[in-house]
Amino acid sequence: MSSWNGLESLSHNFLTGRLEDFVKWSRRMSMWPATFGLACCAIEMMAAGTAEYDLARFGMEVFRPSPRQSDLMIVAGRLSQKMAPVLRQVYDQMVEPKWVISMGVCASSGGMFNNYAIVQGVDEVVPVDVYSPGCPPSPQTLMHSILTLHEKVRTGEITRRRAASGTGAGVDLAAEVPGWVQPLPAPVRVGTPR
Amino acid sequence: MSEQAPGALVAPPVGPELFTASIPGCEGVPASFSRAQEVLHPGRERYIDVATALREAGFVTCADLCGVDYLRHMDRPLPAGVARERFEVVVNLLNHAERKRVRLRVQVPGDDAVCPTLFYVYPGAENMEREAYDLLGIRFEGHPDMTRILMPEDWEGHPLRKDYGIGRVPVQFKDAPGPR
Amino acid sequence: MTNERPPDAARPGATDVLDGETAPGHEDFERFIEAETEEGAQELGPASSTSAVELLIEQGGVLRLPESAVLDPGAEDARFGEDDTMILNLGPQHPSTHGVLRIMLELEGETVLRSKPVVGYLHTGMEKTAEDLMYVNGATNVTRMDYLSPIHNELVFALAIEELLGVELPPRATWIRMLMCELNRISSHVMWAATNGMDLASTTMMIFGFRERDMVLTFFEKVTGLRMNHNYIRPGGVAAELPDGWEDDVTALVDTIESRIDDYDELLTGQPIFRERTEGVGVIGPDVALALSATGPILRAAGVPWDLRRSMPYLAYDQVDFDVVVGTVGDTFDRYAVRLNEIRESIKIVRQVLERMPAGDYRVQDQKLTPPPRARIDESMEALIHHFKLFTRGIEVPEGETYVAVESPRGELGCYMVADGSNHPYRMHIRGPSFVNLQSVPPLLRGALVADAIAILSSVDPVLGEVDR
Repeated sequence: MSSWNGLESLSHNFLTGRLEDFVKWSRRMSMWPATFGLACCAIEMMAAGTAEYDLARFGMEVFRPSPRQSDLMIVAGRLSQKMAPVLRQVYDQMVEPKWVISMGVCASSGGMFNNYAIVQGVDEVVPVDVYSPGCPPSPQTLMHSILTLHEKVRTGEITRRRAASGTGAGVDLAAEVPGWVQPLPAPVRVGTPR
Repeated sequence: MSEQAPGALVAPPVGPELFTASIPGCEGVPASFSRAQEVLHPGRERYIDVATALREAGFVTCADLCGVDYLRHMDRPLPAGVARERFEVVVNLLNHAERKRVRLRVQVPGDDAVCPTLFYVYPGAENMEREAYDLLGIRFEGHPDMTRILMPEDWEGHPLRKDYGIGRVPVQFKDAPGPR
Repeated sequence: MTNERPPDAARPGATDVLDGETAPGHEDFERFIEAETEEGAQELGPASSTSAVELLIEQGGVLRLPESAVLDPGAEDARFGEDDTMILNLGPQHPSTHGVLRIMLELEGETVLRSKPVVGYLHTGMEKTAEDLMYVNGATNVTRMDYLSPIHNELVFALAIEELLGVELPPRATWIRMLMCELNRISSHVMWAATNGMDLASTTMMIFGFRERDMVLTFFEKVTGLRMNHNYIRPGGVAAELPDGWEDDVTALVDTIESRIDDYDELLTGQPIFRERTEGVGVIGPDVALALSATGPILRAAGVPWDLRRSMPYLAYDQVDFDVVVGTVGDTFDRYAVRLNEIRESIKIVRQVLERMPAGDYRVQDQKLTPPPRARIDESMEALIHHFKLFTRGIEVPEGETYVAVESPRGELGCYMVADGSNHPYRMHIRGPSFVNLQSVPPLLRGALVADAIAILSSVDPVLGEVDR
C-alpha cells in the first residue's frame, strides 16, 4: 500500500467494547494450566500439549508448576485419599480467577475404582467447572473440554459470588441490595465455539 | 493347543529331584512343586536361616515379597508337616547365574502376625515388607522403618485383609454390594 | 557466604566434598561420610572391604523419619537437624518427579545427604479390586498400573492365568503379543527420553519424543481401539486379529522411528551440557544394585547383563535375535544410553516379527476360555451361550499359585497369583519394578546436588502407577 504510514493510516485506531468482553477475552485466550497430572490421564494431557494436538494455539502450552502463576487446574488422573489434602492445598494456593477441569472418569466420579482408596470424584474436594469423560480421554476430548471452558468463560459472569460456600469476599447481595435476584448461570453451548 | 479341557491341571514334571534339597541349610524343609516352580515352606524360626543359605547358594536377589491372607481359603493345599495359619509371607528369590527361581512360603498366625525381617539378608526387601505391613498388618521384627508406605500414616485397618471391605459407595443403578 | 565448615578430626577432608573436587560415588567419598547408627556417628570402612549388604545397611542413605516430620511448619527441630542440615520436600506436586512422588531430602547446603522416597499418593487399591473382578475383566484393572507400558501389565496377568490353567497358545497369538510388547517398549522408552530431556531442560526432546510416541499410539488405536490402557491381551490370546494392512503401518512406523533415534543422538548424546549433567552422576555398582533388587535398565547400566527376555525367555523371545544392552559405569548417562539402544533392539525384533509372523489363530479356540467369533453368535446357540457365560460368569481357574515375570521397560514385572477354583483371583500381587527400583534412589542421591537429583530421579524412570498400585 503506497499510502501506508503506520498507525496514522488507520482510519479507526480505537477499539471499543464492553469491559466484560475484554476481561473475558484476556482470561480465556491465555489460560495457563497448572501441572496436576496424577496418573494415565497426565500422559494424554502432556500429549495434548505437544506437536500433534498443540495446545499452544490456545495460548496454553505453558504448564506452570507454581500454582500462584496458573489459572487452570486440570486434575488428570485418579485422586487417592493421601493426595486429596495436597490437591486442596494447591487449589487454595491458586489465585482468582481460577477454574478446574476434571479430566478423566477417575477424577470426575472415581471411575472404575469404586473402593476405599480413591476419592469418588474430585468435586468432593474442589469445585469443578468442566468434567471430561474418557479413560483416558484422548487429547481431542481434552481439547473439547478446554474449549467448553473457554465458552463458559466467554458467556459467563466475570465475578463469582460464593455466598453458599463462604469463600470469596463474603458479600451477600441478597441481604445488602434490595430487590436483587441471583442471576441464573447462562447455559453454555457445547460444540463449535463461535 | 492343550488337549485337556482348560480346567484340568498339567501334570507336574516327573523325575527331577528338588534341587533345593541339596543346598546346605535347607535340609528338612518341607517342599513342593507349584507349576514347575519349587516352593519351600520354612517355618518362622528357620525362615531367615533358609534365606541366608539360599543367598549363599547364589540366589542373590529377592525378586518379590508379599503377604497373603488365607482367611477365606484356609483349606489350601500344603505339604505334610506345615502348620497352616491365616497369613503367609511369600518370597520369590532369583538366581542369576543358574537362571532359577525358588519360592519361600512362611506361615504367620493371624493373632500373632509377626515375622522376622529379611532386610539384613536382602536389603531390597525393605519396601516390600513395609507394603505387607501396611496392607495386611504383618509386622516384621527388626525392620528399620516399620511404617505405612501406601496408605496415609494415620489410616486405621489393613485394607488387603479379607475381613476389610472394599469400601464401595453406592452409585446409580448399583447399590454397594459387599465383597464376594 | 558458603556452607563450609572447618575440617575437624572426625571428618577429614570434608571440604573436598563441598568444593566439588571429589565426585560422588568415588570410593574416597565414602570414607568421609559418617554413618548414623544407634551408637552415634561412626566412620565407615572403605567400600572394598564391606559387602554390598553391609554397606547399604550402615551407610545411612535412607532418611528414616516419619512422613509427617516436615509438614508442620512450627516444628523447627524437625526442619533443622543437629548438623545444620535442612530437610526439604520434593513433590508430590512437582513438574519433574514423574508423577506424584514425594522425596524428603536432607540437604547440607545444596548437597543431598540422605533421602526418603514417600509414596502412596496414587494408591488405588488395585490388588483389592483384582480380587473383586473376574479373570476375564481383570486386565482392565491391571493395565492401569504401569500406564506407560500397559501391554506388559496385561501380558503378565494373562501369562499367570494361562500358567495356572495349563493352556498352550497358538503361535500367532504369541507373536502378536510379542509385536505389541516391543512396540510398547519403544513407545515407553521414547516417552522416557522425552520426559528425561524435559527434566534436563531440553523442551525439543519432549516434542520429538511425543511425536514418535503418537505414531505408535495411533497404531495401537487401530489395533486395539484405544490409545492407552488397551485391554487387548486376554487369557487365551489377544482380543482381536490385527487389522488389514498392519504390515505397512508397522514398517512405516519403525522406519521413521529408527531414523529419528539418530536425531536424538545428535540432540543429546553429543551435547556437552547433557554429558556434563549426566556423566558420573548417580553411580551405582552392580553388587549394590543386586542387593537392592534393582532390575531393568538400572541393573543393566551397572554392568549386569540380566534381561528376562534373554535369560528366562517367555513368549517367543528365544526365536528372535537381539542384543542385551549393558552399560559400564552405572551412571545416569549409561542408563540413558541403555534405553536408547534398547529402542534400536526393539526395532530389530519388530522387523523380525514382521517377516516371520506365523499364520493361524489369534487366540485359543476353546469355547470355555475365549469367546466365539461374533458372527457365529447369530448362527449357533452354543456360541451364544458360551459368549453369555464367558462375559457374565467368566472362566474358572483351578486351585494353585504361581509367579510369572516379564521384562517391562522398567525391569522385572512379576505377577504372583493365588487361585482358589472360582472365577476371580484369590490374591493377585503385581511386583512393580518401579516400586523396587525406588529403593535404589537414596544411595544414588547420596552426595549429589539438588539439580543432579532431578537427573538421577528421571533416569530411574519411576512410574507411580505401578509403585502405588
